[in-house]
Amino acid sequence: MTDKGNEDNIIRLFHVHKRYATHSALVDISVDVARNELLMVTGPSGAGKSTLLKLLYLGEPASEGQILIDGINLARISRARIPFLRRKFGIIFQDYKLIPSKTVYENIALVLEVSGYKSSFIQKKVASVLRTVGMEERQHAYPQSLSGGEQQRIAFARAVVGDPQIILADEPTGSLDADSANIIMNLLREYHGRGTTLIIATHDKAILRKTQGRTIYLNDGRLENKIVNIEKKPAITL
Amino acid sequence: MKSGIFLFFIKRAVQDILNNRFLNAITIITIALSILIVSAFGLFFVNINDLLDSWRKGVRIIAYLNNKVSQTEILDVKKKILQIDGVAAAQFKSKDEALKQLKERMKRQAAIFENLRENPLPDIFEVQLSATAQNWEKVEILASQIETLPEIESVEYGQQWIGRITGIFNLLRFTGSALCAVFFMASVFIVANTIRLLFFSKREEFDIMQLVGATEGFIKTPFYIEAILQGIIGGILGIIVLYISYVVVVSNVDQGLSSAFIQIRFLPIPVTLLIIACSTFSGWLGCYLSFKQFLNT
Repeated sequence: MTDKGNEDNIIRLFHVHKRYATHSALVDISVDVARNELLMVTGPSGAGKSTLLKLLYLGEPASEGQILIDGINLARISRARIPFLRRKFGIIFQDYKLIPSKTVYENIALVLEVSGYKSSFIQKKVASVLRTVGMEERQHAYPQSLSGGEQQRIAFARAVVGDPQIILADEPTGSLDADSANIIMNLLREYHGRGTTLIIATHDKAILRKTQGRTIYLNDGRLENKIVNIEKKPAITL
Repeated sequence: MKSGIFLFFIKRAVQDILNNRFLNAITIITIALSILIVSAFGLFFVNINDLLDSWRKGVRIIAYLNNKVSQTEILDVKKKILQIDGVAAAQFKSKDEALKQLKERMKRQAAIFENLRENPLPDIFEVQLSATAQNWEKVEILASQIETLPEIESVEYGQQWIGRITGIFNLLRFTGSALCAVFFMASVFIVANTIRLLFFSKREEFDIMQLVGATEGFIKTPFYIEAILQGIIGGILGIIVLYISYVVVVSNVDQGLSSAFIQIRFLPIPVTLLIIACSTFSGWLGCYLSFKQFLNT
């Protein structure tokens, strides 16, 4: 199941297609992501950015092609191993996806509970990430009582509490005001700086301008100008 | 499974029961009612069985000797009867003795016997059965074995009466089994429905849990615990209600019945435990079927 061919690349996609009944969401995508790399995936709405991220954590299977995550071929992974694959990821969604019936603390602790950590460790770890995102005072609050920016900080805390190898952020600032967006982007950059591979799907030009890293551009499910260096901004058509 | 995570699951299951009190209460009450009906039938069946047992113990085979048997042959006939497997004792009663007894019983109709020229009654053997032979089928077999002896004219053991009792008993057993099956299925269906409702109300939560790496076991286990708890609580509740009803009924009715027939008793502990185990299993099965049918994670 593991591929030792290129251990520097934590993510490898080979001619990946994703088709739905009425259309193709992704067409012949091949891309490698190095360990500790920051990759921006951009393109217009409906270009396939979110779909690409979904294929990585097996939210959906690819219709064709091969995807390797840390050497694991997703086409061959057993159903029972999928949860363990997902623990390699910390995922941030535009709509936060927090559990409304759980408190801030419980939402974050869940990631460690599913991995079977002891409650004493969970308490320390959750307190630590809550401090990082500046939300330790709100640990007993329920998500619906928080602002959008606060909810996204909790979603961020949930994504990083398990020390994932890869953080996937799908339009992480899409629903936020400028200040909240800055807080989230700074947190993401900080974690990337600690050595986490970071993939951000966004069409926010401001974020693209401010964030150093490789950018790939998707249009109508196809990869255009496959590798676009952030310094070569004119090459990106937005 | 580590004890820590198991406690965590139990805590989650109990929390879920408390958060959905109404739905869980309805489920537990329905299970309790099913168990009450099933165990009430069980109670009836156990006591009827006791009653039939006491009747069975009283069953005797009367073997009528033919007229050709002489007094000297009687001991041989007794020996032959006693050699048959399942016979505990055989008591000879001469026709004179039988007539004497009859006359004593029918003193008011003494005139009937005055005109008798000879004793019309035959000599008989009253055959008592051993404990292992006290079921209807064996009584029939023994009776036919005794009847095949050349010295025996005919046998009588209440064939018609036994046939009727056996028929009623079998009907009761069949009805009881059918009722148990129906109520067991009802319990399973109710639990399955509750789990399905709870699961669908939390579908979004489970999707999120899966995204953060929760295994199916992590998601399902609390539901299984919840369903099993519903089964156990429902089962115990049903048995408690039955016991209270039993105490009330027995305290009012027993005085007359117990001396006349049998002592009405409650379900034996193994049967009670078996009923609670079945109730628990119905909870587990309901949850399993619910997931099997509707969960496609």
